[in-house]
Amino acid sequence: MIRQSRGFLSSLVVPILSIIFGFVFGAILMLLFGYNPVVAYDAMISGVFGSQYFLGEALRQATSLTFTGLGFALAYKAGFFNIGVSGQALAGWVSAIWVALAFPELPQLVLLPLSILAGTLVGALWASIAGTLRAFFGTSEVIVTIMLNYTALQLTNFIIRDILSETGNSTESVGENASLSLQWLTDLTQGSRLNAGLFIAIAVVILYWIFITRTTAGFEIRAVGLNSFASTYAGMSAKKNIILSMFLSGALAGLGGAIHGLGTFGNIFTQTGLPSIGFDGISVALLGLGNPIGIFFSSILFGVLNVGAAFMPNRAGVPDEMASIVTAAIIFFIGANYIIRYFIEKRASRDQSPTTATRGGEE
Amino acid sequence: MNALDIIQLIVSSSLIYAAPLILTALGGTFSERSGVVNIGLEGIMVMGAFMSAIFNIFFASTFGGWTPWLGLLAGGIIGIVFSLIHAVATINLRADHIISGTVINLAAPALGVFLTRAIFGAAQTGPLPESFGITNIFLLHRIPIIGPILFGNTSAPAFFGIVIAIISWFVLFKTTFGLRLRSVGEHPHAAETLGIKVYAMKYSGVMLSGLLGGMGGAIQAQAISNEFGILTIAGQGFIAMAAMIFGKWNPIGVMGAAIFFGFGQSLARIGTYIPIIQDIPSILLLIMPYLLTIIVLVVVIGRSEAPAKLGETYVKTK
Repeated sequence: MIRQSRGFLSSLVVPILSIIFGFVFGAILMLLFGYNPVVAYDAMISGVFGSQYFLGEALRQATSLTFTGLGFALAYKAGFFNIGVSGQALAGWVSAIWVALAFPELPQLVLLPLSILAGTLVGALWASIAGTLRAFFGTSEVIVTIMLNYTALQLTNFIIRDILSETGNSTESVGENASLSLQWLTDLTQGSRLNAGLFIAIAVVILYWIFITRTTAGFEIRAVGLNSFASTYAGMSAKKNIILSMFLSGALAGLGGAIHGLGTFGNIFTQTGLPSIGFDGISVALLGLGNPIGIFFSSILFGVLNVGAAFMPNRAGVPDEMASIVTAAIIFFIGANYIIRYFIEKRASRDQSPTTATRGGEE
Repeated sequence: MNALDIIQLIVSSSLIYAAPLILTALGGTFSERSGVVNIGLEGIMVMGAFMSAIFNIFFASTFGGWTPWLGLLAGGIIGIVFSLIHAVATINLRADHIISGTVINLAAPALGVFLTRAIFGAAQTGPLPESFGITNIFLLHRIPIIGPILFGNTSAPAFFGIVIAIISWFVLFKTTFGLRLRSVGEHPHAAETLGIKVYAMKYSGVMLSGLLGGMGGAIQAQAISNEFGILTIAGQGFIAMAAMIFGKWNPIGVMGAAIFFGFGQSLARIGTYIPIIQDIPSILLLIMPYLLTIIVLVVVIGRSEAPAKLGETYVKTK
């Protein structure tokens, strides 16, 4: 009982303290460079919440991050680091646009699901390369997905330049029949690019939760992640679960890419680097501690940070990279949560019985 | 162009592109030999590139032609500072190595551009006053035939990297320090039993990766891009990791792999001048280093090649 409540406590305390520490770190850095952190954070928050348009944009950003975050989290549950979510999202993005541009005559009811499905499937297959190699050859999925990221980047740029476009650097926009935008949502948010993807994201959050907690396949993935030897002994196939978890992880990332493409941009253009929704998705998943609801709210926080960052240069004179620094600091404290847990446990043990010393670290 | 010119062009441009990779990959080798995975090399390179660019701009008038070399040192020092974040997080705070590395990679570009804006008011530094340029290696380029090919019109930082690789090999395999570093990556418990300070060794490994990774970034900024901006370091840190694996965590092999990847990167740029290669679609040349790494991982390297306790947090026994 005590263990449980403490588990619940620390599972909420760690992300909240990490967020606070992250913002404090950003504030200290701003003070060091002679900026006013209060003005900067106020610019960020009032900028986003001061207009429906920017609130819509923040939610639109959160939509994409929810998918990539869930994608990373699923592989993480099975014990794998899918650093490749950005490459898989990019693969999903270009595939969805490709299909949408290839069949412009199809009705929306067919073309939109088909395009989204194509993106999902390509993302899944791209990630499966890493999963399969890991399952059969023990190859590090971290390195393979990093390599696949850059391969996806080069291939995507090649596809855009040499296959999908006449002009060179961007494709034509997809038709109305492949767009995710909803007129009432656009009107409600004064013309933002918020689209039907948001509802798909909420549905996927619920489906993800059901899959992980209520199905045998989800249970097996968690079991393999906790102890692959014990799961194998219990008759589960480690190979099958490695490939399955990477397939689903890539599917979520690809779905995110497809919705990013069809909802936000309606086309694809050559990329100078990997899309940020991938690495931000990893941050979101780590901050949400792998919990789908946590990931959804983390995505909204990151959406607000990313969109709000744009207000900092004009209103506070602070470079907008500050938001990314705060993000990185938050994830640092999440990763180094040992220090937070250490102090929580120290306090807890002091409160309960001063004589029981918890076995601390090396200090 | 005659055959000799073509070979000279291939060798020199391979070395130019290989130079940042050699140093960074060697850095990764030290870190991983001590058992700490450092996917933050990319971010460390960014900071090294940033620092060297700043140094170059502010001190070019003071140091003249020596500026890039001192900038290299400045990049190495900031690399050490930045790598300490990774060291503290992974060694003392028991953070997952991949998460900590990801943090470094998230923080470095943001911090680099933030500082660049704070100092210059723009996201790029603009061209650097003193770059490494192209040099002949002292006297060696006068050797008939092979002299001009290997040592003429080439990259001095690459030869610096080759020297460092040889030193690294010696340090890692022929000194007490190297033996201790490797033992910590293979079996920290046994090492501690023998009185080796496991944490100190891990710190050394990570800080060496910071020094060399920062230097790698400094070379990229001062020899290849000739400025600092968000695109100065675009994946070189990850390619360096690939070179480290390709070279099986052995400095000489790592150096060879880095030169090979430098060759691969340069091909995409000079390939149009070279017969046969100019017929290969450039997309294949661009993705080749990555695919090759995957193939090498699968075919050549089994599970047992990496340090045994790579990526595991070691908790000191009381």
